[in-house]
Amino acid sequence: MSYLELLKLSAPEAIIVVTALIVLTIGLISPRTSKFCPILAAFGIAAAVVALLRLPQHANLFGGMLVISPLNSLFKIICLVTALTTIPIAASEKSLRNQSEYLAMLLLGSVGLMLLVGSEELLMIFIGLELLSLPLYVMAAFDKTDLRSSEAGLKYFLFGSVASAFTLFGISFIYGMSGTTALAAVAQKFAAGDGQPLLIVGIVMTLVGFGFKITAAPFHLWAPDVYQGAPIPSAAFIASGSKVASFVVLGKIVLVGFGPVRGSADWHAMIAGWSPVLAALAALSILLGNFVALAQTNVRRLLAYSAVAHGGYTLLGLIAGGRDGFSATLFYTSVYAITLVGAFAVVGEVRHESGGDDLQNFAGFAARSPLLAAAMAIFLLSLAGLPPLAGFFGKFYLFSTTFRAGSNHGLLWLVALALFGSFVSLYYYLIVLKMMFVEKSSASEPPVRLGVTGHSVANVTIVLLAGGVLFLGLMPQTLAARILGSMP
Amino acid sequence: MIAWTIYITFGGAVVLLFLPRAFARWTALAITLVGFGISLATFFRRDIDLAHFTTVVRVPWVPALGMNYHLALDGISLVLVLVTGIAAISAVLFSWDIEDRAKEFFFWLLLVVVGSYGVFLSADLFLLFLFYELVIVPKYFLIAIFGSTNKEYGAMKLTLYSFFGGAFVFLGIITTYVSGGSLDLNQLAQVNFPAQLQTWVFPVLFLGFAVLAGIWPLHTWAPTGHVAAPTAGSMLLAGIVMKLGAYAALRVAMNLFPAGFHLWRSWIAVLAVIGIVYAAAVALRQRDLKFVIGYSSVSHMGFVLLGFATANVFGVSGSVLQMFSHGVIGALLFAVAGRMIYRRTRTRELDALSAMNLSRALPFAAFTFVVAAAASMGIPGFSGFAAEITILIGAWKSYPIAVWITGVGMVLVAAFTLRALKRAFFDVDLATANSAPPQLEPITIPEKLGASLLMFATLAVGLYPRLLLDRIQPAVETMRFLSK
Repeated sequence: MSYLELLKLSAPEAIIVVTALIVLTIGLISPRTSKFCPILAAFGIAAAVVALLRLPQHANLFGGMLVISPLNSLFKIICLVTALTTIPIAASEKSLRNQSEYLAMLLLGSVGLMLLVGSEELLMIFIGLELLSLPLYVMAAFDKTDLRSSEAGLKYFLFGSVASAFTLFGISFIYGMSGTTALAAVAQKFAAGDGQPLLIVGIVMTLVGFGFKITAAPFHLWAPDVYQGAPIPSAAFIASGSKVASFVVLGKIVLVGFGPVRGSADWHAMIAGWSPVLAALAALSILLGNFVALAQTNVRRLLAYSAVAHGGYTLLGLIAGGRDGFSATLFYTSVYAITLVGAFAVVGEVRHESGGDDLQNFAGFAARSPLLAAAMAIFLLSLAGLPPLAGFFGKFYLFSTTFRAGSNHGLLWLVALALFGSFVSLYYYLIVLKMMFVEKSSASEPPVRLGVTGHSVANVTIVLLAGGVLFLGLMPQTLAARILGSMP
Repeated sequence: MIAWTIYITFGGAVVLLFLPRAFARWTALAITLVGFGISLATFFRRDIDLAHFTTVVRVPWVPALGMNYHLALDGISLVLVLVTGIAAISAVLFSWDIEDRAKEFFFWLLLVVVGSYGVFLSADLFLLFLFYELVIVPKYFLIAIFGSTNKEYGAMKLTLYSFFGGAFVFLGIITTYVSGGSLDLNQLAQVNFPAQLQTWVFPVLFLGFAVLAGIWPLHTWAPTGHVAAPTAGSMLLAGIVMKLGAYAALRVAMNLFPAGFHLWRSWIAVLAVIGIVYAAAVALRQRDLKFVIGYSSVSHMGFVLLGFATANVFGVSGSVLQMFSHGVIGALLFAVAGRMIYRRTRTRELDALSAMNLSRALPFAAFTFVVAAAASMGIPGFSGFAAEITILIGAWKSYPIAVWITGVGMVLVAAFTLRALKRAFFDVDLATANSAPPQLEPITIPEKLGASLLMFATLAVGLYPRLLLDRIQPAVETMRFLSK
């Protein structure tokens, strides 16, 4: 293995790192040149995507530390797309005073995403996780003029570091018992139905860190404050890219690494393993997320609790397991990421325009900005799972796969719970839509600005994202077949 | 060709958003006319196999999951597509006066129509469910933005009920898909599902769909929703949307799970009969004209469910006929109450209306309402009679006792209809009888056209029910849940 070859295979990551450094330097030169930072960052990401497409199909370095496979490349691209769509939101956000630093953090976070997705070895996964988290902590606390942002950053950091510690501890158990950290090798050390208490402790602890990342209850406590307090682009990135990558890795860990100790979550035949643990997390997340979201008056908090619920739905595919289950999970989480970036972008526009992101601020938004309101309707209805939007197909795919996986309808309870959860969720999404389309805005509003609100690039991004959600709803085959095809 | 009803209506709805507002209603009218024209042309074609659910379009959609864009047609679908066309045109005609946010209004309205055409024509379970759920959100906006009386409550209640039923349907469809290994309705209709599965999947699916059909005791969304909705909204709700539930219950729940159906059909009959009598009794006590009509819709939909429960050709054909008939009559009643009366008098309270001497102020409205009331009561010569008598003949074979109880219900239906008719139009107080009637804006041309279309439809079918029955019966006869 020569360094040249390593450099070739890690070219996309290298490109992003170099771009981050360039962006940082340019920002330091003078405030005028920092205007070009977003464009430069976007080009860097585009170049990385091109580099990803030119990589060989399969490669495996250092026993799984850097794995190149169609699945990994596909999800690196998806993660980069979420980062790319975050850039225009960041560019239009006025509270970020040092744009270049912010964008550099975003790019470094993206490197973390790519390493996380691209590795099948526990230590490297942990490093990727940390590499992702550190920039995210900074991004959450980036708005120094806003107390809430600092609170968000601190909370995210405290919860996140404790969760990481748990995961590292769990990994040390796994390593101690199996003598290896490569996922494929770990799997060979354990026999099916190997229910040693120590192993179970190791597995549960490893899952804690990921439960934190995917906002599964009861590890969700940071989410409402971060989603509400962090600057909008940070919240969007935390909710999208970070979540997609975490699901990819979590799926690999449980399905590949812990494959033999799966257990069973069927209601009539529960067997200890990771799948009942995930099932409990999913059930709790669905119930708690949906019911608490009902009481929210701030749209960002509402999105946070709905994120908890969606984290729960998405876990269903992993519990189902297999190629189908994993690809259903990945389809769902990708669609969710796209949708949430869009939703946060619209919230950002509402915030610019009316000075807040409470439900009240959305009153009459459809009259002020019909296009963005329509886009928001698409995002929220897709989250609720209504046709013909991507969320509808995602739910159908996810739930039907889960239902099929349980032997003798064993997972019926989870599917029924998830359907009940999405029934509850329609109410709070409709409340937001009602504010936008039905209510009149209050009299003390600033003068009405017609059509777009001035941030044309951000608006174009929003419309493109809405179009994407609609397209993936009408033609789900385009993404679903690609994910399924790239499964090993 | 029938598939174009979907494409033209959907394309038209999108185009309409980008046209100037002045064109909105004309565009909507043109679109619905074309949709109706297509369904009428198909209706009179002789070269179509109406006995079987014959494929019209079939394109792979998501091959990995076995989903197809698959539309098909048989006599039952054809009749329901036709009534959708009729109700859609008249709904547009009765919304001619919408000025505020007109483009949005017609967009939502046309989306409801698209969803309905889609449900009636889908031969793929996923596609059917997609169209079925597509109707939910437009209904919400139609009512919450453009409605009256307690509109946000009514809209939310209706939407949540629909989605609640939808969750059951979702579960049932997933189960069907996983156990049957296909989403194609024709293929699934060949599968013999295990008996144990049928016993629980059938009620899940049937109840899920029947929520939208207004089955007692899950009917309460219907009166509040109908009352809160704008006129065109109530017309579509009563005329078409309630039929979506009934149709899907027939096509999916009953036809795919015959054993489950036979196990549960007595319970369906019980709920249906309770619905007929209960809703009629409640309607008798209402003060708001629209509430009277809202409950009458629930009562009439009870007949549809009773017809299903009979499990014989007469009963089920009668049910489909009743769906057509009530689609027309319900729309007509709401048109009179919501548009002709309420928009002019600003009240629907029967007490207030009775003092207005409306039969002289609005003679055309009075005439229309008399026709609609007669049809609704089941006077021979109107479609309601043809449908209900067919259902009762069918019911006599299966549940004679239900026929007796339903007879009481029919007396109640006549009672509340006559009461509403008298209070609203003919309560002539001798003291005011000779005074000049209140000055109300005369009935407009679009209203007359819409009302005439609906009256013509109910009369035509009432006088010659075989026009529809000849097309419905062959399709019903090939269904596999009929008791031998």
